[in-house]
Amino acid sequence: MGATIPDIIEAIHLEKTFGSIKAVDGISFAVKKGEVFGFLGPNGAGKTSTMKIIACVSPRTSGTLRVFGMDPDISPAEIKQRLGVVPQETNLDPDFTCYGNLFTYSRYFDIPPDAAQKKAEELLEFVQLSEKRDVTVEKLSGGMKRRLILARALVNNPDLLILDEPTIGLDPQARHLIWERLKLLQAQGNTIVLTTHYLDEAERLCDRLVIMDNGKILVEGSPADLVKKYVGNEIVEVEKTPDVLSCLEKNRIPFEITGDTVQIATESSRDVARVLFDHCSPHKVLTRPATLEDVFLKLAGRKLRE
Amino acid sequence: MQHFWSVPRITRRAWKVWHRNIVVFFRTWKVNFFPPLIEAFLYLFAIGLGIGSYVREIEGIPYVNFIAPAILAISVMNSAFFECTYGSYVRMYYQKSFDAMIATPLSIEDVIAGELLWGATRSLLYVIIMLPVLAAFGVISLPLSLLAIPLAFLGGLMFAGIAMCFTAVTPSIDTLNYPSFLLITPMALFSGTFFPVTLMPVLFQYIALALLPLTHLVAIMRMLTLPALTGMLVLHLIWILIVTAIFCIIAINLMRKRLIV
Repeated sequence: MGATIPDIIEAIHLEKTFGSIKAVDGISFAVKKGEVFGFLGPNGAGKTSTMKIIACVSPRTSGTLRVFGMDPDISPAEIKQRLGVVPQETNLDPDFTCYGNLFTYSRYFDIPPDAAQKKAEELLEFVQLSEKRDVTVEKLSGGMKRRLILARALVNNPDLLILDEPTIGLDPQARHLIWERLKLLQAQGNTIVLTTHYLDEAERLCDRLVIMDNGKILVEGSPADLVKKYVGNEIVEVEKTPDVLSCLEKNRIPFEITGDTVQIATESSRDVARVLFDHCSPHKVLTRPATLEDVFLKLAGRKLRE
Repeated sequence: MQHFWSVPRITRRAWKVWHRNIVVFFRTWKVNFFPPLIEAFLYLFAIGLGIGSYVREIEGIPYVNFIAPAILAISVMNSAFFECTYGSYVRMYYQKSFDAMIATPLSIEDVIAGELLWGATRSLLYVIIMLPVLAAFGVISLPLSLLAIPLAFLGGLMFAGIAMCFTAVTPSIDTLNYPSFLLITPMALFSGTFFPVTLMPVLFQYIALALLPLTHLVAIMRMLTLPALTGMLVLHLIWILIVTAIFCIIAINLMRKRLIV
């Protein structure tokens, strides 16, 4: 037999409209087994709408979509049985403890009580909440709630994990703990789809990602390839002064102005820095590696999104 | 319009939602069991014995016996109605429980059906709690009054369905006060509860019979507790069955429209 592994998700010309607004505007993508696939984009780009369509809670307007080879319009329960979903909004059940949340949720998946009990304890351990086992969720910190939601998404040993902004609003410690757990899940061969507008998060976690804006996919690739292709290796930042600007133009070095700094994307920061120091008398110069953030801002623009 | 009437596909998973609610209910049983007990005593003393000492008899029946079935019927109405308005709204809007549930194999139809079944179950539980009190006062007949228990479930389902329709269209939790004051409170007074429907002008009698669900529930309840069975029971029952089916179907479809976008 051929060695092709069937895609976990396959979307062709996926569209979602709300009234006259196209939230998702004809996107196509495929997610392979064992891969961490990211959706990046500013607010309102259509990421969450896409997640909800994949998670079978929001019907698509048009296009083809297969999750595990099944159509969400036809077999939502069968697909959802194999999904783990971390929603953007915290929707833990306040009437239950941490353990109670996991146990109650297991029941929705038809997991026998014995197995559910065992799994719940295991997962509390996994997200480091065993000490909070019998605490009601209202008493948890934001980071603990997100961890519990992650644990809840794992009660059914999902074949696909869908994370919508998994670390939104968390402090650095809490974010790192979640990342660490996700890395572990990734290493165990889980397929993960996530949205984020934290670019460091995407860079750290994703094997492959798409950048979305206005419902469309702008680019697709691995974080490193995208940085290399769209920005280059390094960025030189220099304080914006009339001297520097005219000097750069004279030396035909392409640049971009952001606020009161000038950014120069380059393959060799050393060469650019030399030109600056020799000819432009710059005030402040900073060189740094190019990141996904540079790609993102370049493609999605710097305009503030509501 | 078509989709309001289409019969929703409900699976047995609906019982999982019901199960979740009943677990929470019994965990806080002390809070939940007292209201119906107190309610039964309050009505019996204030209206049954208080007003009853002046009224004494209605249609040849001791007044307290006349209102005993109304106490049950009103409790059926209130427990299901308030559970599926304020209770369901809080779970839907503030707790986002429905969102969490439909991320599992449960469909929104299952979730709402589970909520309706739970509303009806709450009515049933309240009647089970109140029956011994009424029986101890000797104001209901046994064993026929035990049929009030299954009747409570059916009546509860009817009011749960009506309530859920309001929950599906209400813009906020505050606007749920309108059906409470404009529908539930008048119904508790004018549905043949504390005085016979026949005391009202003929037009109002027709309105009560045609439009007020509680009228039919009180009528059957009274036939059981007095007891005074007549053939009318079947007509009242059919009325309730039809209205229950209609409102439950519309409620699920309206909720689907609200939550699945």
